[in-house]
Amino acid sequence: MAIQTALDFEQPIVEIERKLGEMRALSDGTGLKADGEIARLEKKLEQVREQTFSKLSGWQTVQLARHPRRPYTLDYIERLMPDFVELHGDRAYGDDHSIVAGLGRIGGVHAALIGHQKGRDTKDNIYRNFGMPQPEGYRKALRVMQTAERFGLPVITLVDTPGAFPGLGAEARGQAEAIARNLFEMARLKVPVVSVVIGEGGSGGALALAVADRVLMLRHAIYSVISPEGCASILFRDASRAQDAAEALKLTAGSLSELGIIDAIVDEPLGGAHRDWDGAASSLEKAVLSALEELLGQDPQERVAARIAKFERMGIFDAD
Amino acid sequence: MNWFRRSQPAIKPAEKKSSVPDGLWLKCKKCGTILYRKEVEANQHVCHNCNFHMRISSRVYRDILLDEGSFKEIGGELRSKDFLKFRDTEDYHKRIRHYEKRTGMNDAVLCGSGTMDGLPVAVALMDFFHFGGSVGSVVGEKIAQVIRLALEEKRPLLILSASGGMRMQESTMSLMQMAKVSALLTRLADAKLPFISLLTDPTTGGTSASYAMLGDVILAEPGALIGFAGPRVIKQTIGEDLPEGFQRAEFLLEHGFVDRIVARPELKQTIGELFRLLQGVPAPEKV
Repeated sequence: MAIQTALDFEQPIVEIERKLGEMRALSDGTGLKADGEIARLEKKLEQVREQTFSKLSGWQTVQLARHPRRPYTLDYIERLMPDFVELHGDRAYGDDHSIVAGLGRIGGVHAALIGHQKGRDTKDNIYRNFGMPQPEGYRKALRVMQTAERFGLPVITLVDTPGAFPGLGAEARGQAEAIARNLFEMARLKVPVVSVVIGEGGSGGALALAVADRVLMLRHAIYSVISPEGCASILFRDASRAQDAAEALKLTAGSLSELGIIDAIVDEPLGGAHRDWDGAASSLEKAVLSALEELLGQDPQERVAARIAKFERMGIFDAD
Repeated sequence: MNWFRRSQPAIKPAEKKSSVPDGLWLKCKKCGTILYRKEVEANQHVCHNCNFHMRISSRVYRDILLDEGSFKEIGGELRSKDFLKFRDTEDYHKRIRHYEKRTGMNDAVLCGSGTMDGLPVAVALMDFFHFGGSVGSVVGEKIAQVIRLALEEKRPLLILSASGGMRMQESTMSLMQMAKVSALLTRLADAKLPFISLLTDPTTGGTSASYAMLGDVILAEPGALIGFAGPRVIKQTIGEDLPEGFQRAEFLLEHGFVDRIVARPELKQTIGELFRLLQGVPAPEKV
C-alpha cells in the first residue's frame, strides 16, 4: 500500500513496509526463496510499530488526530450506518456543510447520527469549511437531536473539528448563543447521547456536540480548550512552541481518561485509524453499541439526572 | 519561642474598592476627558462626558447592585490547584498566588446571596481584574454552588459576566466548566426560577458560549465587547479590519442576541423589576 502522506515519526515504519513489499514482489516474481528474510522484516515491522505507538508524544498525537488520511464522519457513516439518510438545514438560515446530521441504523438500533465533517482535499475542504461550523451547523445539529428525542431515538455524535468558525457572519448570527444552546439542551435531552471524539476535539466548537451520557475518544484523538498553536502564541508568546503547548495541555485520550473528562478510550488499529479504516470503524461500532445497550436500559429521568451529575462533578480544586 | 507566635489573626488589608489607580484625577480611556475621581465614583465609574462604562471589580458591582450589608458570600474558601503542573512563561501555581494577592479574591467570581430593593436574590459576579475573568475549576464550582443555593432557597439568579473565556492553564477541565454550569442551569429552568445574565466588558470565549447566553433575559452594559471569537482572531481569519462597533453590545442588540442595553446607574432597578415581573411579585411601594 502506497502511503503518500506519512508523518515524520511514521517514516521508519513506512521504510520497512516498502522493503517488505519489494521483497515479496521479488520472491513472487522470481520464485526466489526469501521466506526467512520476509519473516524477519515482518517481525521488525511489528516491533518498530509497537515501539513508536506505545510512547507517542502529545505533538505526535496531534499530528495523528489531524492526519489527512484519517477517517472522517462520513467514512464512519458509510461503514456503521449504510442506510444513513442525511437531513439538511437549521430551519432558520441555512445548511452548514461542516456538520453532517441524519438518521439510520447501527447494529439494528435506530438512531440519529451527527458529526463534524472535514474535507479530504482543498475543494472539499472549502465546501466543508475545514470542519469549522457556523451557528447554522450547531442549530441543525440541535434540531436533529430534538427530532430524535421526539421519536425516542438515541443520539450519536462524532466530534472532529479544529473549532467553531471565527468569522464576521458567524459572530453576527450568534456563534456563542448557538454553542451555549446546544450545551443546555444536550444536557437535558431525554434520549441516550453517546459522543465519540474521532479526531480533533477543538474547544467549544467540539463541546457543542459532546455533552453526552458517554464521551468516548479514539486512542489517537485529541480534545482541548485551545489548539496547541493558539496556546503557544497566547500563553508562551511564541507560536513556534506548539509542541511544548501540546504536552502542557494534556490533550490525549490517556490524560483525559485519567482526569475523568472522558468515559472510555476506543482502541485504534495499530499504526492509527488512517492505516485501517474498516478496523477503526468496527472498533468504534463495538464501543458505541455497548454504550447504547447500557444506556437504553436506563430510566430516561435517571439518565438525564446522571448526565447532569457527571458534568457537575467535573473540576479539580482545593476545598479548604 | 512560643511567645513569638501570633495569638490573634493578622490584620487584614482593607478591601480594595476600585481597581482604578489612586489619584485625585483620572482620564477617560475613551474620550480623554480629565475627570475628578470622586465624581466618577459617585457616577458608578461612568464617564460624565461620553458615557463610557469603565471596567470595575466584582466588589464595586456588589455595592452597586445589592442592598447595603445584605451580601453573604459563599465559596470563598475554594482554592485553584495547579493539577496539570502547567507552565508557560510562568508556573500556573505562581499565577494563582499572584492574583490572590493582587485582588484579595480566591478566584475570578464573587458569589453569594443578598437582596435587591428587598427582593432575595442569588448572584455570581465575575471579576475581569482577577486572571482576566478566566474560568477554571474554582469559578465553575462557585457558580455551581450559587445555582444550588438559588434552587434551595428559591431565589432568582443573576450572573454578571466579565471574562475573556476559559482558563487555558486548566486545559480541557476548564472547557468542561462550560458544560457543568450550562447543565446545572437546566435544573434552575425546571424549577421555574428566573435567571438574568448581565454582560459587561468583556464577555468572550467560552463564557459567552455558555451561561452568558443562556439567561431568560440577557442584559448588557453599553459598549461592552461580547462575542465568541476575539476580535484579533477574527481579524486574522478574514485578513481585514473589523467594522466599527462590531461585537459591541449595541451590535448584539441589533442582531437579536441581547434583550436590552442598560446603563450602569439603572441596572439595579431594571434587574429587580424584571425579577419581580417574572416571579409575580408586586411592584414596590413608591416612596
